[in-house]
Amino acid sequence: MSGMGDVRAEDERTPRVEPEPLLQIRDLQVDFTTMHGSVRAVEDASLSLEAGRTLAVVGESGSGKSTTAMAAIGLLAGNGKVTGGSIRFNGQDLVGLPESRMRDIRGRQIGLVPQDPMSNLNPVSRIGTQVAETLLTHRLATRRDVDARVVEVLEAAGIPEAGRRSRQYPHELSGGLRQRALIAVALACRPRLLIADEPTSALDVTVQQVILDQIEQMTQELGTAILLITHDLGLAAERAQDLVVMHRGKVVESGPAAQLLEDPQHPYTRSLVRAAPSVAAVRLAPEAFTGARGEDHPAPAQREGHPGARPLPDGGTAGALPASAPVRAEDGRGWGRGAGADTEPLVTITDLTKVYPVRGGDDFYAARNVSLEIPRGTTVSIVGESGSGKTTTARMLLRLIEPTSGSITFDGRDVLTLDRRELRDFRQRVQAVFQDPYSSLNPMFTVGRIIEEPLIAYKRGGARERRDRVVELMDQVALPSSMHRRYPAELSGGQRQRVAIARALALRPELIVCDEPVSALDVLVQDQILTLLGDLQQELGLSYLFISHDLAVVRLISDYVCVMKDGELVEAATSEEIFTNPRHAYTRRLLASIPGNELGIETGVA
Amino acid sequence: MFRLIGNRLLLLAPTIIGLSVLLFLWVRALPGGPATALLGDKATPEAVARVNEAYGFDRPILEQYFIYMGRILSGDFGNSLLTSRPVLEEFAARFPATLELTAFALLFAVGFGIPLGYWAARNVGRWQDQAAVLLSLMGVVVPVFFLAFILKWVFAVQLGWLPTDGRQDPRIDATHYTNFFVWDGMITGEYDAAWDALTHLVLPGVALGTIPLAIIARITRASVLEVQNADYVRTARAKGLAPRLIRNRFVMRNALLPVTTTLGLQLGLLISGAVLTETVFAFNGIGSFLWDAIFNLDFPVLQGFIIFIAVIYSLINLLVDVSYGLIDPRVRVS
Repeated sequence: MSGMGDVRAEDERTPRVEPEPLLQIRDLQVDFTTMHGSVRAVEDASLSLEAGRTLAVVGESGSGKSTTAMAAIGLLAGNGKVTGGSIRFNGQDLVGLPESRMRDIRGRQIGLVPQDPMSNLNPVSRIGTQVAETLLTHRLATRRDVDARVVEVLEAAGIPEAGRRSRQYPHELSGGLRQRALIAVALACRPRLLIADEPTSALDVTVQQVILDQIEQMTQELGTAILLITHDLGLAAERAQDLVVMHRGKVVESGPAAQLLEDPQHPYTRSLVRAAPSVAAVRLAPEAFTGARGEDHPAPAQREGHPGARPLPDGGTAGALPASAPVRAEDGRGWGRGAGADTEPLVTITDLTKVYPVRGGDDFYAARNVSLEIPRGTTVSIVGESGSGKTTTARMLLRLIEPTSGSITFDGRDVLTLDRRELRDFRQRVQAVFQDPYSSLNPMFTVGRIIEEPLIAYKRGGARERRDRVVELMDQVALPSSMHRRYPAELSGGQRQRVAIARALALRPELIVCDEPVSALDVLVQDQILTLLGDLQQELGLSYLFISHDLAVVRLISDYVCVMKDGELVEAATSEEIFTNPRHAYTRRLLASIPGNELGIETGVA
Repeated sequence: MFRLIGNRLLLLAPTIIGLSVLLFLWVRALPGGPATALLGDKATPEAVARVNEAYGFDRPILEQYFIYMGRILSGDFGNSLLTSRPVLEEFAARFPATLELTAFALLFAVGFGIPLGYWAARNVGRWQDQAAVLLSLMGVVVPVFFLAFILKWVFAVQLGWLPTDGRQDPRIDATHYTNFFVWDGMITGEYDAAWDALTHLVLPGVALGTIPLAIIARITRASVLEVQNADYVRTARAKGLAPRLIRNRFVMRNALLPVTTTLGLQLGLLISGAVLTETVFAFNGIGSFLWDAIFNLDFPVLQGFIIFIAVIYSLINLLVDVSYGLIDPRVRVS
């Protein structure tokens, strides 16, 4: 996948005599007024973008990358203000330009593709109206021809049946189509600059790629320059010629994309390159985890003999699985289990199906004949896009929803027929960590209380013992024990997820179901949490069922990978097999969608 | 859409049946029985027996209930004990007055509540906002009848700007076709009568509409505050749209969705609130009629009124639900 550098648009209307770049930001400084005084969000940031080229600004949340972009289009939040520097666009300084002049530039000369297609369209207005607004405002259409122009623009953005879609409301469209509609809005007036603020972060991987291709193709035709804001280094490297890396409001490094990735100079850029799973995945094999387990543990070659998933009824992936050669996974973990019990998988799921009846239509199969095993002490991942049934499967295993048919056994017991007392026992041995650490922790409880909660619920020990256990747990997840009086709102995303993990560990479970545990986190923090999960597995002999949409992340942690699509398991094999020798076409498509996967960058910072 | 309406109308049936059972039992539980209520405490046993026979109060209770239900279903709520005229006729004569008053109160509440809430939200944290919040708080805490007295005393008695009571100045000779006085004045061309009727609506309408106004203002304020920070509003600005278009099509259309919901609930409360207001202003509507009925234990009127209100309330809520679908495409029933 090449960038757009070699296809610099030849715009005949504007001969290339301008010595000045299209967008030049110099020493930009942005302050936000908060209740606690003034906070500097961007400090001395400089970047320049020539007409028709693509520049990516990369950074984690809070790095100031979005703030810089919003300053360029004059849409800082109410309490934000440019307090220094200049933003020269097309020969004029946008800083201090009156709002009425800025309105002529917005939409007409600078387009914006926002991050979340779900929340950026007016829910009570038709798609066509939302495109028409911008055309009419900038007088690029008249009341009479606007409908035809809208259909043209929507078609150009790759929306099928544009005429019908233009009369629909946002909620009637899928996420991918909505993002196309937003692209249509942003490019309707053929702007000279497009600001794409995380344009695909809220979309599924396979859709991501199509949307980015669409933006690339359209901007090439129009000769529009792109300012791409992203947290994803791989994506930035794949789409942009030049990169700017921001950290804590400052530009720490900038330069041509390839050079910056291959030879990062700043320590922060280096750590970013190292942590980015999409780029690093090529280097970091699962052996990185299995190898760390110690000499007396089975070598990866032996472990491969352990079936992570059983053949599908239709024999689709049977060939991918080596014959079962049970290996004692781990010894001496002190969980008091009989030695013989270790040879059978901890969890066996057979033909699990969940059907939701649809009134007046075909039944909806959220999951259909899903079969898999989780061997003790290993990590089995389920990968898939939204709607693939991965979360449904996990919830059935947790007995949060009842399956329509099929069976689940845990440690040899049928999970679906447990009585009240047995279920209580089951709930203590199986724990969950959820995706969003911002909403899965009770905001009214202190960290200590949150971690202690399961111990209270299941009456483990007295007050003193519980307190000791909380301190021990916080130590295990590397949280300072001084933090136990803090509230979730005072913690960062990574710290919150550590609290969630500590809570899950409190009852000494055998299995933890992790539902997208790192997808809400920044790359560096993601890396830390994955390492923590790996360390805990090694230390405590935990088994994980890991749910994720992100193959790059899955590769870092899994022993076995199951790929799901539309409720069915399409491929299941060892992590190595899936990544080096994918058999199913869908798996190959998923792999190809990982941004930066085909760049083949050999970084020297491993 | 039609299915929704059909379903809701079907749901009305059990509501009315349940209510009628309660009302039926309540009348039979009156002290001394319904006959005493009719004749007064000093009635002779012979008179009571005569009334019981005439009204069928001496028959088995189940039989009584079926007779009673049969009458209700055929629209016969009996005669008022006070006026001896059919209850339904009395309602028909007075309901337009109450409807007129309620409509005025609602227009007042919406017409001032929404702008006040919007204004407060645009000036959030400043004195304008605080004043609006304080004002709406006062609107809620002052009881309706007290506000009614104050308004009457200040604007009618002291300043003499507006009439003190009634619906129409008796010196005006107005023709009435529909009993909607303002409307009648308009269609007959008696504009002085229409204007006079309108001035009679102001004080009771303001008194009645103040609580809904305060609630609407508060909800509008909170709703606008939330919507104006929505992503789609920022995107609208990124398109270069004019501020007025953003306010009307993006902020207000979305902010008014929760306001519509409360509006439906308020409308039902307005009708019950009209009882006190009409009494204070001697406004000859259903409310003041009901007031008399309560004190005279005019149970046919009370029974009729309660069932009447239940039906109206259900219909209004149905109307709100249907119109909600028109405003918000996401809840539109396919």
